[in-house]
Amino acid sequence: MIKIKKDKLLIDQHDKNGFWGKFGGNFIPETLKKPVEDLTILFEKLRKDKKFIKERDYYFQNWVGAPTPFVKLENLTDHLGGAQIWTKIVSEAKGGAHKIYNATVHCLIAKRAGKKYIVGDTGAGYAGKMLSMAAKKFGLKCKIFMGAKDIKRQKPNCDAIRANGAEIIPVYTGSQTLVDAVSECMRYWVSNCLTTAMCVGSTVGPNIFVKICGWSTSQISRELMLQIKEEFGEVPKKLKLINCVGGGSSSFGFWNEFMHYNKKQVEFIGVEAGGPKKSKRHAAPLTYGSKIGILHGAAQYVNQNRDGQIEETESISAGLDYPGVSPLHCFLKDTNRARYTAASDEEALNAYQLVTGFENLNPSLEPSHAFAEAIKIAPKLSRDIIICVNSCGDAIKDRDILKQRLGKYK
Amino acid sequence: MISSQISLAFKKCKKEKRPALLTYTVAGDNTKKKSLEILNSISNHADICEIGFPHNTPIADGGQIQTSSYRAIKNGIKMQHVFEIVKMFKKNKNQKPVILMGYFNMIFQYGENKFLKKCKNVGVDGLIVVDLPWPDNKTFSKKCKKFSITFVQLLSPTTSISRMKKIVRDSHDMMYFISTLSTTGGKLKALPKEILKNYNKIKKIDKSKNLVIGFGITSKNISAFKTADGCVVGSEICNKISLSLKKKQNPVINVSNMVKKLKKKII
Repeated sequence: MIKIKKDKLLIDQHDKNGFWGKFGGNFIPETLKKPVEDLTILFEKLRKDKKFIKERDYYFQNWVGAPTPFVKLENLTDHLGGAQIWTKIVSEAKGGAHKIYNATVHCLIAKRAGKKYIVGDTGAGYAGKMLSMAAKKFGLKCKIFMGAKDIKRQKPNCDAIRANGAEIIPVYTGSQTLVDAVSECMRYWVSNCLTTAMCVGSTVGPNIFVKICGWSTSQISRELMLQIKEEFGEVPKKLKLINCVGGGSSSFGFWNEFMHYNKKQVEFIGVEAGGPKKSKRHAAPLTYGSKIGILHGAAQYVNQNRDGQIEETESISAGLDYPGVSPLHCFLKDTNRARYTAASDEEALNAYQLVTGFENLNPSLEPSHAFAEAIKIAPKLSRDIIICVNSCGDAIKDRDILKQRLGKYK
Repeated sequence: MISSQISLAFKKCKKEKRPALLTYTVAGDNTKKKSLEILNSISNHADICEIGFPHNTPIADGGQIQTSSYRAIKNGIKMQHVFEIVKMFKKNKNQKPVILMGYFNMIFQYGENKFLKKCKNVGVDGLIVVDLPWPDNKTFSKKCKKFSITFVQLLSPTTSISRMKKIVRDSHDMMYFISTLSTTGGKLKALPKEILKNYNKIKKIDKSKNLVIGFGITSKNISAFKTADGCVVGSEICNKISLSLKKKQNPVINVSNMVKKLKKKII
């Protein structure tokens, strides 16, 4: 059985063909081989370049706003009467979600590569919003590919993307959600790869995009490690890091620095989107045992039929509504380092109500899936156990859905 | 060694001093029966028939082929039907080489060996796998050879000379040059003269290997590529099927007429 190596970052534990175990790789058209190779060489050079790291840290600190707060949810903890519930409010980062880290790094790389244009995909609209923000900041022209269904249900983020001067390209194919947006964005890149940089919005896609995204979002756990040590003096004896998983960028970033701790001490729990109660069109390939397949350039667990057609998913949360999942998470599942479960739409909505009722916090529907799991397990655990939930997005973008489903938006 | 049907087709065209005409249609577009009828009818003019097995998340296809693929999938086309279509076609048009084209996940799910065995059984002569580039395709292309199936390597304007040499070395008796930086069916971004310059760079590496040009080739520009070993027309044909259906006309007749005209332009 494949094991996680201790002397190397997980993003670097792939073989020469780009596979983490059975997952990942580069299933791309010939035309993209060269641009992907160029990007790989540039990124590997830049991550060793002290000036580049300084630049990244400068923008994370002064523009994104680091660190994001790490706080105890006292009222929720008391109400549930079990383990302590803490949260890292990553949604306090500029723009309201973790997507800003990957977007900033991709724009910095694009500048170094001399590109004038950048394109990206988006589901919930956060990846698109952040990319448009970073593109504006760094003087790049930007196009965002977004499924027509998502454009309708995530209007506030669409408004923000347009306000940043980026163009939204609606995608009408297939399920008109994230999966189709990623495909269309890749197709656009095939045609425009010489002048245009592509940012894949999560830890998915060909190997190098998984790596760049994971490297960027790891900022979250770098901050958290310091905050936890400051708060508790050391990493607690029992710590559970709970995060929602769609593509898997926020969860990977939330866990990375804790990767080599024994899982009995630091447990990783990933919560996928179970979709509406009793729905078979869940977006939880890890939880419900989907088969390995190839989607968007990488081998991964993915919802598909027997022939290999990718299946449509259904979730209240646009950001988790994706039939595949990062190769890194497939690897973490197979090596048994992380545990994956799913929350239904209804459970996420209930969690949203409970959290917003007790706390001054407004997690979007994505992290509400993670809170649902925290709420489920906390009462059964003792007070010395620390649960930390990544509140990786803000619910402003969900106000229309929340109004419709709950009759009100706080 | 017995020459493959693909090689024989190219030889025949060379004798006639013209490029081979390769057509691309999607299996099951718009139904299983219709797509077989289209194949039977266009193969009176085409030299090699590329048949797409449709996938619903294609990352290299433009609008026209996507439309054909989605239409076929919506009408219930499965991998088994694709093989049935090939089998029936080969029964009628035994001498026409068939190249299946698609995305690797479909092969992966079927099982590589099982897939190739099935290809052999129904009479598939070659395979194009859009998202399995060199060197990742080394093992699979060797397997194809064992089954006497031509694995068609793709080369693009972004392929470097050193990479080209390695790909040509590992290729079988046919290779495919992507004319322009685009998904299928895009507009040519360079003059045919420029495209042929790139084409000749590859050709120079090994003249014995047949090299076809595809992506963006239409009845408007095909005559400019007469010096190539072969020309592939796909999106224009798929679009013809879409238009025929829209106008409630018979796609078999319309597509067949189109291919006939294409052929005339390269003679």
